[in-house]
Amino acid sequence: MITINLFEKAGSFAENKDLARDIRKNEIIPALKKDQNVVLDFDNVEATTQSFIHALISDLIRTYGHEVLDRISFKSCNETTQKIIMIVSDYMQESD
Amino acid sequence: MKVHLPNSAFIGNIDPFLRVIDLKHPGVLEITTNPKWISVHPVILSLVAALGLEADEIKCDTLTAKSAHYLERMGLFKFLGIESGIKIKEHESAGRFIPINQIKNSDELSQFIKEMIPLLHLQPKQVEPIRYVVSELVRNVIEHATSPTGAIVSAQYYKKSNRIGIGIADTGVGIKKTINQSHAAESHMQAIRLALTPGITGTTKREGGTEFNAGAGLFFIKAIAKVNHDFFMLYSGDALYKLLKSKSERLYADPFIDRHSQADDLPSWAGTVVGIDISLNETREFSRLLDLIRDIYLKTVKERRKAKYRKPRFI
Repeated sequence: MITINLFEKAGSFAENKDLARDIRKNEIIPALKKDQNVVLDFDNVEATTQSFIHALISDLIRTYGHEVLDRISFKSCNETTQKIIMIVSDYMQESD
Repeated sequence: MKVHLPNSAFIGNIDPFLRVIDLKHPGVLEITTNPKWISVHPVILSLVAALGLEADEIKCDTLTAKSAHYLERMGLFKFLGIESGIKIKEHESAGRFIPINQIKNSDELSQFIKEMIPLLHLQPKQVEPIRYVVSELVRNVIEHATSPTGAIVSAQYYKKSNRIGIGIADTGVGIKKTINQSHAAESHMQAIRLALTPGITGTTKREGGTEFNAGAGLFFIKAIAKVNHDFFMLYSGDALYKLLKSKSERLYADPFIDRHSQADDLPSWAGTVVGIDISLNETREFSRLLDLIRDIYLKTVKERRKAKYRKPRFI
């Protein structure tokens, strides 16, 4: 299992989707390919945007299927971050 | 090009201002002003500043309006590189406003957001929708507008009404060209309608978008304005869509169902201009807003999927 600290990479307002894409490509996907589970740690992240979360996880759901959510945990999310993650995971699971 | 700064132009009454903009002869920008009073929304300052970047020569009236120092304080003349002759006291700049800024890339945006929030002296709960709106709108410009001059942003806090006005303008390719990469909007207004619909992006026809775009950004922004009973406007090409204030909090996937006004005979703006007001005393819990967005978003995606179902043929 690997833990990725989002605050260290994206700050207290996680909005830079270029960073989100880099985290997905350079850290999450390699870990999944090695059959490792991933913890996305949102401790100290005060807020995020739908765009950031979309860039972070949407392609994982599309590529690996809904089951990828069994292998990713979202740690220490505040209420609004949780809701944005729910919105993105919902619409991606309903998508093509 | 000619632009006239009137005595009053905010989102609610912006139409007459837009109608008299003259976008011909892009080399020269002439700015005229109301001689007695100028009171305008930041979206107008962002628009004028964006036009200024297109011009080789800028001419401006001698400013006689009592309130002209506002334009100086917001950095309009400095941005345009012209001398206004207005002197302002330094302490005035400690007010709650964000002067005109140009943002060209992702790193500049991240830095701008860090620096902008302290300028507004707001409570943490009030900050949330504001930085959300600025981040998503400016990222739209950086990613889709292909404008060499980036996004021009400004904002103002209005103490009397306790609201923030935000304006973002670009002179890029506009919404129609972006949307038509994957859809078939025949007019600028049709393109705006699609751009405001959840799950529609110019980057793909595919439900769920691409790995980088979902087609949710503008819908979220409109939802923030709707739920807080605020104005929101989108001007691109010859079309202006304006979400009007309403008592309803109900969100719709189709922006034409919301209480709105529209015009499709305006001077053709090569790019996009977005204005929004956020009332701070009515700012609904952002978390509650996300519940409403989730409900309508999911419903819309499901309905669109269902519409694509093949029907069994019984013979």
